[in-house]
Amino acid sequence: MSMPISAVPATVDQPGQQPGSTGAGRSRAPGTRVLARMGQAVRSNRKATVGTALLALFVLVSLFPGVIAHDNPGADAYAPRLGLTTAHLLGTTAQGQDMFAQLVWGTRTVMIIAFVVGLAATGIAVLIGVAAAYLGGLWDGSLSVLTDVLLVIPLFPLLIIIAGYAHGASTLVLIVVITLTSWSYTARQLRSQALSLRGRDFLEAARVRGERRLYIIVVELIPTMTSLIVAAFLTNALYAVLFASSLQYIGLGNPNTQSWGTMLYWAQNEAALQTGQPMWALAPGACIAALGASFALLNYAFDEIGNPALRPVRRTRGKPAR
Amino acid sequence: MRFALRRLGFFVLTLWAAVTLNFLLPRLMPGNPALAMMSKFHGELGPGALKALDILFGVNTHKSLPAQYFSYLHQIATGNFGTSLDFYPASVTSIIGSAIWWTLGLVGITTILAFALGTGLGIVAAWRRGGRLDSIMPPVFVITSAVPYFWVGMVLVLIFGISLHWLPSQGGYYVSTDTPGLTLTYFEDVLSHAILPAISLLVTTIGTWILTMRNTMITTLAEDYVRMARAKGLPGRRIMIDYAARNAILPNLTGFAMSLGFVVSGAILIEYVFNYPGVGSMLLQAVQGEDYPLMQALFLLITVAVLLAILVADIATALLDPRTRTAG
Repeated sequence: MSMPISAVPATVDQPGQQPGSTGAGRSRAPGTRVLARMGQAVRSNRKATVGTALLALFVLVSLFPGVIAHDNPGADAYAPRLGLTTAHLLGTTAQGQDMFAQLVWGTRTVMIIAFVVGLAATGIAVLIGVAAAYLGGLWDGSLSVLTDVLLVIPLFPLLIIIAGYAHGASTLVLIVVITLTSWSYTARQLRSQALSLRGRDFLEAARVRGERRLYIIVVELIPTMTSLIVAAFLTNALYAVLFASSLQYIGLGNPNTQSWGTMLYWAQNEAALQTGQPMWALAPGACIAALGASFALLNYAFDEIGNPALRPVRRTRGKPAR
Repeated sequence: MRFALRRLGFFVLTLWAAVTLNFLLPRLMPGNPALAMMSKFHGELGPGALKALDILFGVNTHKSLPAQYFSYLHQIATGNFGTSLDFYPASVTSIIGSAIWWTLGLVGITTILAFALGTGLGIVAAWRRGGRLDSIMPPVFVITSAVPYFWVGMVLVLIFGISLHWLPSQGGYYVSTDTPGLTLTYFEDVLSHAILPAISLLVTTIGTWILTMRNTMITTLAEDYVRMARAKGLPGRRIMIDYAARNAILPNLTGFAMSLGFVVSGAILIEYVFNYPGVGSMLLQAVQGEDYPLMQALFLLITVAVLLAILVADIATALLDPRTRTAG
């Protein structure tokens, strides 16, 4: 109700916080400063807090699965298709494996895929995006065309085709294939930001100092882009989880891998929904959703930090809304 | 004009890249997978089909790779994608032709619905900034963007198909009791089978429309001309629609044009969960049955649809917004 006018500029006039626009003043250690600000954000932004807590939980589970689930996920040790009991929190599969153990041990595979693909794809994206923007000319031309071509070729069908030829893709094959095909979107984003930074004074100063190109790119340019690089990692990790799980679900992964997607594949194969074992499909799907949500929440929270206009407003803005 | 030509050049380049990928993939894989497929179907194929497969996958051929490549390009250019192996002797093109309408109907209509609903909700959310809609929706849709599409489908199958028995959850119509034709029962049948897959698609895609529209609209609402309109005392609805939304809708329109290209491929997993008789299920069936000619043709079809849509979106954006013509 109050402040009908001043609320408007409050959401607009803070472009000073956008990445990069603070310029030379923070060129000392921009990378660490951005990370410190993100740490601060994790505490103050509710979306970021929830995202971090979820992610930390999954990391812990993937590091110590044996502490949580005592059963061997692959052993056909029990009677098939048991219901939910305290001994078998989620029941057993049609082969008599403990489903809770499968869920817990499967976390590790999924986390490996998320982090390895996230890091590798982001690495390629930084390399190609920054090189294209900074080197310019013919380099930019050819690298951008490569990025754009990969960007518009429908990714999931392409993955299906490759996995189809590969026959029962192992986790390693999934990681390699998803990494090689999925970096282009984030490379494009990184290129645009690197382009906007190219003419900045602190880079010019480094050039005048006589620094080598590689030094300027690695020590001066890339650290200023830390927040976007973190966002790129989150995006790539999210897509890696979704793509890998989807491929495993439709039976294009190795069916003997312990993974959420593989659980869904067996649930579909054994008609779990129709035979009164909904948990077989619901639990791994919920885990994929929760892990994906933790990446998406963190990403959105960092977006809000970079662009203050998107932050939720606490105060309603007077009456002009009607 | 130069802009359009450049976009067209990019279209041709990407198309060539996709065709080349199609050509190279089976040949690059360790122990050409098409060889195994050929031995499986050996003796069942006529000489014409064999020759087409030979060109498409490079089996039993003694030609050099470049020579194979040129005969491949020639065969694709003439629209000969070979015969399907699972549905032998039907040609690949005729099989796709029968499945594509299911996909276009289901996914096409749902895409339009999602765009219209999502854009509308986004406008209202940004306009009533800080209101109930605005504070609930962003976090909810950030989370749904991470939920696997097919899982939403499975949950709906479980609730409405299996537990409540409200709606059919498998197939495009009752194959055993109904015959396709221009009858009212068949129409109702098709419609009832489409509801659950359509809702799964709607739930999982609408968030993007809402968030994009809301976020652009928030930026637009801060523009001076909107404040000016307020100062002039124009009615709120007019400012919302004619001043703010009209200028903020561009990213969503571009996105819409593009998403029309993804109609063909956007629902592969939804079609799979619901066993829907469209091209998405067909692609997976082809992959699982090692029907490589069908698989290649479908991938090419999907890519062409996406590329065409992007071309149209680019040109439409340039026509609608002069500022974009010189950029990038």
